[in-house]
Amino acid sequence: MSPSVAKHRTQSRWRAAMVRLLQSRMAAGAGLVLALVVLAALLAPWIAPQNPYDLASLDILDSKLPPGSLSGDGSMRYWLGTDEQGRDMLSAILFGLRISLYVGVLATLGALLVGTLMGLSAAFARGWVDAFIMRIVDIQLALPGVLIALVLLAILGKGVDKVVIALIVGGWAYFARAARASAMVERDREYMEAAVCLGFGRGRQLLRHLLPNCMPPLIVIATIEFAEAIAAEAALSFLGVGVPVSEPSLGMLTANGFDFLMSGRYWLCLFPGMALAIVILSFNIVGDRYREIINPRGER
Amino acid sequence: MSATDRQHEAVLSVRGLKTWFATREGTVRSVDGVDLDLAKGEILGLVGESGSGKSVTGFSIMGLVDKPGRVVEGQIFLGASDLLAQSPEQLRSLRGRKLALIFQDPMMTLNPVLSVGTQMVEAVTAHEKVSKKEARARALQSLVRVGIPAPEKRLDAYPHELSGGMRQRVSIAIALLHQPEVIIADEPTTALDVTIQGQILYEIRRLCRESSTALLWITHDLAVVAGLADRVAVMYAGRIVESAPTRALIERPRHPYTAGLIGAVPRIGQAHGERLTQIPGSSPNPLEVRTGCAFAPRCSRAQEKCRSAEPEVTSPSPGVSWRCWFPLEQTA
Repeated sequence: MSPSVAKHRTQSRWRAAMVRLLQSRMAAGAGLVLALVVLAALLAPWIAPQNPYDLASLDILDSKLPPGSLSGDGSMRYWLGTDEQGRDMLSAILFGLRISLYVGVLATLGALLVGTLMGLSAAFARGWVDAFIMRIVDIQLALPGVLIALVLLAILGKGVDKVVIALIVGGWAYFARAARASAMVERDREYMEAAVCLGFGRGRQLLRHLLPNCMPPLIVIATIEFAEAIAAEAALSFLGVGVPVSEPSLGMLTANGFDFLMSGRYWLCLFPGMALAIVILSFNIVGDRYREIINPRGER
Repeated sequence: MSATDRQHEAVLSVRGLKTWFATREGTVRSVDGVDLDLAKGEILGLVGESGSGKSVTGFSIMGLVDKPGRVVEGQIFLGASDLLAQSPEQLRSLRGRKLALIFQDPMMTLNPVLSVGTQMVEAVTAHEKVSKKEARARALQSLVRVGIPAPEKRLDAYPHELSGGMRQRVSIAIALLHQPEVIIADEPTTALDVTIQGQILYEIRRLCRESSTALLWITHDLAVVAGLADRVAVMYAGRIVESAPTRALIERPRHPYTAGLIGAVPRIGQAHGERLTQIPGSSPNPLEVRTGCAFAPRCSRAQEKCRSAEPEVTSPSPGVSWRCWFPLEQTA
């Protein structure tokens, strides 16, 4: 095997994983939806028909219009209706998507970072450090993540950053447990012993040699946790302790619309809810498929 | 020459090393009083069967004995300093720089997710403050020394892209990065096929000679050691039972166990269908506390004295010794 193709081969391994991901029509579809969702969220300021945060552009006379109605001055059509302030729901959903994804990404990365470091340290240090960290994890896992987040938000108050913190606190334990399990296997491999023999310091052993070998299962968990974080944020916002009204996420929009559900104004609740469901569903499908790919025993 | 003189001349000197493992069934005395001397540039073959304690000896020298194992007694001198008396930080700075280890299975010892170049650069920068570029140049130079073709390209390769022999050459190149005084090699050719094994043996011998690095070669294969080592130490049940220059040991073994090992190696020119001699019985249960010679139950020459008293070390000249009450005759 020629090493001149080393770089190329690493790339092609990723490509192979992509190809296998797309072999499942379901995952391919979900992946496409996800790509569109992310794109729509990124481009929201340019593609949204209206800036939902700009109160000047809202017309109170257009409030609570059903989907497909024309605006009062006939300048635009509200494809998904308007809310009680005359805000275009489509625009609100596109901007809400930004908040939801933003929270999801930050919360997942934060939990991944904290949990992985904790798990690796536990496995690496052994003894009482291991016991101490893992008992905290046990306690953490005994309580529902949303409950912990609720308590924290009650203390911290509202805000996108606070939701992210609450979700990290509620989610790191899963990563810690998986990282420890993975690290316990890897730390006893010979290449780690070789790293000791080469006189590497503990930090270098841990971060440079152990960590990269423990990553694959953590990435799978991250995809699942990402979907969970978005759902949890929505739940928190729905309960009124999440993001502030001025920065409505999909969950916040759903919660706002909930009040009008019984009065026949279904669109206020339904569309943001559907957007939320689509994001979570497609992310779960892609995550499941990815898990099948990296787990050789999952082969059917 | 007295023992202390030899100790000063030796780059590595092990005295009365005991490494025991506390298990549920009792204490396993894997290494039970080993003395070794390794002179500058010397190649010493440490031979023994599975469970004789040869690998544990190597690990003890590297300071890699894991729980429940523990070095309970002894001294390990690298130059003038006793490794067992060093702080963890001092040990860390010695490992990889003055003392290098080559492992048995090259498939396992290279980190699968890092390129060869990255691993080698790390190994350099762990001990010396040099730029990445300089470290890379050193790595390249080391790969050239171990005879890897197209070394520039190998630096960018990942371990799974290299053959077993190539990977072992990379491990050797890593071990040589800092021109260590002692290399401990734990059966580094066992996982390779025979032709590659021959090449690696040849290369290692050449490299150690060139840089006058002392080499402790741990193996169960007497045939490998015969072609490589200057001196051979035979280990049995946690002790060194015989030690002598390679030629003398092979041609005139003094300990019956050594003679048994030699008899068990097939020879070219041996009549077809002729049986190899085998040593009867199996190695002793390491949990048993024994009296007398550990080899006595399997030894055809054993007498009452062997069963009741532990044989003392007989050392007629430096570097030659055996532990046997009734050694084989010199002219055998």
